[in-house]
Amino acid sequence: MSVPAPAILTAPVAAPVATSYWRLVSRRLARDPATLIAGSLLGAIVLAAVLAPALAPYDPAAGSIRMRLSPIGTVGHPLGTDEQGRDMLSRLLFGGRMTLLAGLTPIVVACLFGGVLGILAGYLGGAANSIIMRASDIFYAFPAILLAIAISGALGPGLGNTLISLSVVFLPRIIRVAEAVTVQTKSLEYVAAARASGAGSWPIVRYHLLPNVLAPILVFTSTQVSLSIILAAGLSFLGLGVTPPAAEWGLMLNTLRQSIYVDAWVPALPGVAIFVVSMAFNLLSDGLRDAMEVRG
Amino acid sequence: MWSLVLRRLLLTLPTLLGASLIVFAMVKLAPGDPISILMPPDAGKAEIEAVKEALGLDRPLPVQYLKWLERAVVHGDLGRSIATRRPVVQDVLDALRNSVILAVASSMLALIPGLALGTLAAFQRGGVVDKVVSAVAITGVSVPHYWAGIMLVIVFSVQLGWFPAMGGPSDPGIGPYIRHMLLPAVALALIPLGVITRVVRSAVLDILAQEFVLTLRVKGLYTGSLVRHVLKNASPQILTVMGLQFGFALGGSVLVETVFSWPGTGYLLNIAIFQRDMPLLQGIILVLSTTFVLLNLAVDVLQSLIDPRIVRG
Amino acid sequence: MPPLMTVDGLVKHFPVRRGVFRRTTEMLRAVDGVSFAVELGETLGVVGESGCGKSTLARVVLRLVEADAGHVRFGGEDLFTASERRLKRLRRDLQLVFQDPYASLNPRMTLRDAIAFNLIIHGADRASARRRADDMLHDVGLDPRLFGARYPHEVSGGQRQRVNIARALVLDPRLVVLDEPVSALDKSVQAQVLNLLQQLKAARQLTYVLISHDLNVIEYASDRVIVLYLGKIVETGPATVIAESPKHPYTQALFKSAPSMDPSQRLVAPPLTGDPPNPLSPPSGCRFRTRCPFATAQCVDVEPPLREISSRHFAACHLYSNAN
Repeated sequence: MSVPAPAILTAPVAAPVATSYWRLVSRRLARDPATLIAGSLLGAIVLAAVLAPALAPYDPAAGSIRMRLSPIGTVGHPLGTDEQGRDMLSRLLFGGRMTLLAGLTPIVVACLFGGVLGILAGYLGGAANSIIMRASDIFYAFPAILLAIAISGALGPGLGNTLISLSVVFLPRIIRVAEAVTVQTKSLEYVAAARASGAGSWPIVRYHLLPNVLAPILVFTSTQVSLSIILAAGLSFLGLGVTPPAAEWGLMLNTLRQSIYVDAWVPALPGVAIFVVSMAFNLLSDGLRDAMEVRG
Repeated sequence: MWSLVLRRLLLTLPTLLGASLIVFAMVKLAPGDPISILMPPDAGKAEIEAVKEALGLDRPLPVQYLKWLERAVVHGDLGRSIATRRPVVQDVLDALRNSVILAVASSMLALIPGLALGTLAAFQRGGVVDKVVSAVAITGVSVPHYWAGIMLVIVFSVQLGWFPAMGGPSDPGIGPYIRHMLLPAVALALIPLGVITRVVRSAVLDILAQEFVLTLRVKGLYTGSLVRHVLKNASPQILTVMGLQFGFALGGSVLVETVFSWPGTGYLLNIAIFQRDMPLLQGIILVLSTTFVLLNLAVDVLQSLIDPRIVRG
Repeated sequence: MPPLMTVDGLVKHFPVRRGVFRRTTEMLRAVDGVSFAVELGETLGVVGESGCGKSTLARVVLRLVEADAGHVRFGGEDLFTASERRLKRLRRDLQLVFQDPYASLNPRMTLRDAIAFNLIIHGADRASARRRADDMLHDVGLDPRLFGARYPHEVSGGQRQRVNIARALVLDPRLVVLDEPVSALDKSVQAQVLNLLQQLKAARQLTYVLISHDLNVIEYASDRVIVLYLGKIVETGPATVIAESPKHPYTQALFKSAPSMDPSQRLVAPPLTGDPPNPLSPPSGCRFRTRCPFATAQCVDVEPPLREISSRHFAACHLYSNAN
């Protein structure tokens, strides 16, 4: 109903700044307590890992057998020492670098390549879709751990091979989600409306598809981070990832395993670290999912 | 319905073939020469050639692949383990049996509490119970299961001495078997428990929000039949996640089996990798991947049966 | 005056695939030979039950879905043979307002940007597009300062539908097809939106094709009406004539089945029996014969063509072929 606007509304008023969707998400994230705590904790851990050379009181490779398996709270070694007498705190700090690197890199790689491949497969359909999806189905048939072990087992131990095998593990999962979400979004009415107005492929992809597809892809990727870290450490635990004498949480868990009969709690420390990081990422992922939700 | 099953089965064939190709290729690509493991270091060239020919390693790769595939699928012969000289298929199937038992046990330990807790949390949404359950669930999902295994050993074997720390059942009988299996099953069940609880809670919440449920509640049909009704509607989602988690338990048992030296496929896989025992490695991965493809197929078909609205493929 | 748009023999079938190998077993004949004209400046109502092919017709006529047969001429130009470039230009003149006000808006785009998008894709720069979007918001009764920066989930269904209309009209089209524009809205809001549509039509000299299953809406807003049944036109004529004296048994039944608040109009028994038949296998001859109280043997064998009954009033029924 077009009624003449009352005078107060016709007075010039500055238009409200349009809140972009991403700014809205950031604001929601900043307001959730669990997300804030998890985020700060994670930030602190990552910072500590990055600054390990500066923060670590000892050389992670240096140890004396005399001091082996000192319990937590020993003077000079607040977190004890491992089976070769090396300082646990230092090794945990340096180990964090390895574990986080090995766990996060594959996820970033898989998200980038998997996202692009999945969106392409979903948008183009037809032959391109079949090729990409059938190929990724073959890898998807293997459970994550098995595939990681198979590939690492074939390639041999080492950080590089771990990165390769974990990337191969997570790539098909992300492709699957990206394709499904793209196909679903493509068929929504607002995309049809855009076509009906004469929009070409690129504007549709840029304005309608990507913003609505990136959100679910990012949320899904964030749920996989903790698994990636657990697997990366797990590979080293099995001897397939980082090799001694390097420090890495999974590797430390393995080498300390025999020592549980001497001191139960020092060997548990690397696992605690993995657990805390994993939990923090899961809390963040939950927060991200809630923040990205389109309510109503 | 049968056309659906047939169709899905046909679609899995390329996947299976592809998987077998990857298994074959992977081993061939691996650094290290299987011959050098078998032969003494001073073996002459003629001897090496003879062994190569005997093992069929001098033929072109596609031929090797086809012969290997034919032997495996038609004759059920996966070769002999280089280390033990025993037929691979026998060892793998024995190990598979142990792994399946462990996977089933841990899945039960995950599913039953997961269903109960998830449903409870959904019905008590926002309350203390819900918050506690959600906290438990997210903890479960974040636990590295191999670490959990070590912790369980520390607490229940080393400190308390209630359960054995290692190995498969050495004494016959159900009792000892269960005693050996309990700790690994619990360790393996933690992540699935977390996942199932969260999925069940979310699925039940979705259904509770639907109008027809409100109608039931208004009519006074509370608990009992309401819960049954809700679970029936949530079953497709729950079934999917169950299938995935069972797959996780079966495949992911590697790490837990290593901690407990449980004689399953994971344990065997570990041995095969470190001894570079190619036939054994190939055999394990081929059997496991076939198992998983069939498992996924079963879950898909079961889902379509329960909820005819889901049309796959 | 020549009609603004003429539709000639439009056909659209959808294959139904069954079985292990997805063989095409049957064809769903959504639109099965439809011809009509749209006069400049009128509102043409298209009415029928669910499954009669209304929505498909809308999409085929606008070439959002390729037809299997038939022609559409718009402003003298053949729409189906137009080139990509020409088609893009034509899209500005031919707009569609969708049924579901929520699903037809991008949940992650502000209302202003949703409207501005249409201008941007046709070459406008962002700033001027946004300004014109604000003008459009004002024209549909939404204060751009309050609504421009909002998201679809923050406003009501009626407001979303106004945005949809704004989006369609910002391109200055000549013909607007409205597919169930008010069906998803509350009754109280329906009248407001319909009135808005009338005002805009007058102010901008538009031509409407209004699709609805709701007879009240059709009666209220249309100048001329087309009645669809299972993909075919069974009756067409001026809205007032059809409302007062419908000739085709289906149209009669439709109008009689509409529930009324007037107690003297209470139905003893609803005239239409049975469910709408399966569009996969329509009856032979006249498609309506299985529910028609006047069906004869001739109706089984021969499909009745559209015959003129009075000035501009056509019906496809054998009842009117025997010089009645």
